[in-house]
Amino acid sequence: MKKSTILPLLAVKNLTVQFKTRLGEVTAVDDISLSLKLGETMGVVGESGSGKSVTSYAILGILDKAGFVSGGTATYSGIELLPTREATMRDIRGREISMIFQNPRAALNPIRTVGDQISDVLLEHAQCTRDTARAKTIQALKNVKIRDPEQRVDAYPFELSGGMCQRVVIAMALACKPKILIADEPTTGLDVTTQRAVMDLIVELTRSNGMATILITHDLGLAGQYCDEITVMEKGKIVESGSSKQIFTAPTHAYTKKLVRATPHGALNARDLLPEDLAAKALPLDADVDRLIKGRRHGPLLELESLKKSFKGQKSFLEFVRRQPAKAFEAVKGIDLKIWPSESVGLVGESGCGKSTTSAMIMRLLDPTSGVIRFKGQDISLVSREAFVRSPTRASLQMVFQDPSESLNPRFTAAQSIADPLIRLMGMRDSVAMTERLHELAQMVGLPESLLERLPHQLSGGQKARVGIARAIASEPDLLVLDEPTAALDVSVQAIVLNLLIDLRIKTGMAYLFVSHDLEVVRLLCDRVIVMRAGEIVEQGATADVLSNPSHPYTRELLAAAPKPPTFLSDDALSGEVMYE
Amino acid sequence: MASTIKPAGNQTFFGHARYVVMSNPVTLIAMSLFLLIIIIAIFGPYMVPYDPLASSAGNALQPPSWQHWFGTDQLGRDVFSRVIVATRLDLIISVSAVAMSFVVGASIGGIAGYQGGWLDSVVGRFLDTIMAFPLFVLAMGIVAASGNTVQNVVIATAIINLPFYARVARSEVVVRRQAGWVQAAQLAGNGPMRILFGRVLPNALPPMMVQISLNMGWAILNAAGLSFIGLGVRPPTAEWGIMVAEGAGYIISGEWWLVLFPGAALMIAVFTFNLLGDGLRDMVDPQRRT
Repeated sequence: MKKSTILPLLAVKNLTVQFKTRLGEVTAVDDISLSLKLGETMGVVGESGSGKSVTSYAILGILDKAGFVSGGTATYSGIELLPTREATMRDIRGREISMIFQNPRAALNPIRTVGDQISDVLLEHAQCTRDTARAKTIQALKNVKIRDPEQRVDAYPFELSGGMCQRVVIAMALACKPKILIADEPTTGLDVTTQRAVMDLIVELTRSNGMATILITHDLGLAGQYCDEITVMEKGKIVESGSSKQIFTAPTHAYTKKLVRATPHGALNARDLLPEDLAAKALPLDADVDRLIKGRRHGPLLELESLKKSFKGQKSFLEFVRRQPAKAFEAVKGIDLKIWPSESVGLVGESGCGKSTTSAMIMRLLDPTSGVIRFKGQDISLVSREAFVRSPTRASLQMVFQDPSESLNPRFTAAQSIADPLIRLMGMRDSVAMTERLHELAQMVGLPESLLERLPHQLSGGQKARVGIARAIASEPDLLVLDEPTAALDVSVQAIVLNLLIDLRIKTGMAYLFVSHDLEVVRLLCDRVIVMRAGEIVEQGATADVLSNPSHPYTRELLAAAPKPPTFLSDDALSGEVMYE
Repeated sequence: MASTIKPAGNQTFFGHARYVVMSNPVTLIAMSLFLLIIIIAIFGPYMVPYDPLASSAGNALQPPSWQHWFGTDQLGRDVFSRVIVATRLDLIISVSAVAMSFVVGASIGGIAGYQGGWLDSVVGRFLDTIMAFPLFVLAMGIVAASGNTVQNVVIATAIINLPFYARVARSEVVVRRQAGWVQAAQLAGNGPMRILFGRVLPNALPPMMVQISLNMGWAILNAAGLSFIGLGVRPPTAEWGIMVAEGAGYIISGEWWLVLFPGAALMIAVFTFNLLGDGLRDMVDPQRRT
């Protein structure tokens, strides 16, 4: 009853969007209805291809050429938005409804200062004159909590960090005081602590400016923490909508249940992420228990001793004339760590902390500046990167890359990609044995054999991840480095891939070095965790100890920044833990 | 590798090529013209009605007629036969020149881009030096200095086209050398040369295909231009550039057919190759396969 008295700010009714493709028309958004009230933050959650972004593009009339609205209405405080009339939309876009996109760097013009770009928006919508533009721009930067706005106003996008750029984009979006802000995955690609700062800012500005915000995200946990209402989309349809508490505590639709389950926060073990029927069929985790004890009987598999890597900068002309050494950037500042056979170690840190540099050095894709990498008692850092390709140890050290799409040769079929290490490292030439081994590997990673002859762009994200894993385990390595293997995947696919990794470890006894920024995933997969910051290890220990009782303030900050869905907020409130640094 | 696993029907090269040709009428026209040129180049000399070199003084400068479709030239040779026969020579010159500059250019550009560092700088400046000359004048100089033969015309044309391939190859390699799949290939035990020539350069093929087709047109023009000013192919050989050069003097006196038909042949060939670019790119791009 109460709901009907407040007129919605934005009302979408029976919206249907279709795309023309080679194979005929495809329905991307199917008969959806939304309503957004003033002061509300609404989360639109769904996995890739669910039509969540297309919905917002359709409302703003910025669909691709191939896309068209084939039915439905959208009303913004009484103004009809559909069918799109360019003249009306030009006034509404930016001034009434603003949008921020995923990659802040791509949204900013790299050759103009951020101040100029903000004042462009202000001038375009007649919010200021040439004389007041600078003052208003500085005010806009101040509003998004950029420190020293007087200096930053003249900065170029490349001089600012990713989080700062996203703040500038938000400042641009809010410059004309819109009533609705549509944020399309605003924090993907940002670190957890930056993500937290940006999301806090968006929610705070929504409240203080009296706006409404639509948060489009694939991360149910994030939406749960920041949104009042959540709408869950699957394959272009809304499957469920309700308050975020309701979605988390009492999901009704099967798809929502699956998503809530797959969100790592709060799960006891990785099997909990899977849908119930799959979890019941999975290998029991008990098989895993004496793995560590067995592993410790031998010496460590991998030892790093004061491993350092510094990158030389370009010499300036003055430095060249004065014969000064070029300034070096120390990416890894002398770290020590040990990994025992069959152990699973998490390496956690934010972008730029040196975790990828460390894993590249262990993989011998990068030569260390100094230090020792001892693998099975042998110092492999003595062999140069080029020569290591032919070393017999090459097969024992393999890696799964971050982005499954980017790590597969676009011209190779899945079979060719997996066969590559078999031919080069194992010397397998016989085509019958090869086919047999390919089928065996495909089965191990759960890749249907019929997909082996497909090219990467014909596979889904999860299938590509499986191909990448199959390739990495083809040479039966002893140590597998996993560089954020699930960062580019949807949560439900992530759940399956994480469980696959656990199964493979049980079956093969490989040791894992799991590089990640996501503590929740590390918690489910790793025995031990190592926290890195600015090229140094700040904390390490058994996963349960570090995560439940962090000793270093940075670890605490990382833990606090991870998105917390509403069910867990109450627990934190009870324990009275201070969340801010 | 994995020879027992065969791609499905729509994924074979020819299946895909058929799709590309059929889906775009411009590509279809370009491909048909290209096939026509190839057929003429191969079978032309056996089909022509007259000997292209046989002169007959009594028949000189006849306008187009049923006996001589394109008329006759100042020595009474049949222009139609000469235009047809010339196709093979012009095509051989341009194809071999482009093939040479593609292979050499892609290799040095690829190595420079993959290695980076000082090698990249040296190769880059070397290419800049070639580019600093007016290209046609450079080609003239090379042919004049090394001797007036068809072989040298091919080499000169290849050299002036080299920087374009090297630059395209370098920039395509630079963006790919840090890609995940290149690192994965290293982990799989592939050496740098195998990665560059077996993995990275094939992926740079689609943009280079466009360059090839444009350059084919330029190469024909270049060869014809050199013949036009008296370098390279020598009379009485039938070649489009020479025919235009020889006929140029007769335009004023009204014998237009001497220039028009070889000129039109030249134009159609260049036009075909320029149109072909996008189609060729789509054919070698695996991402276009559905």
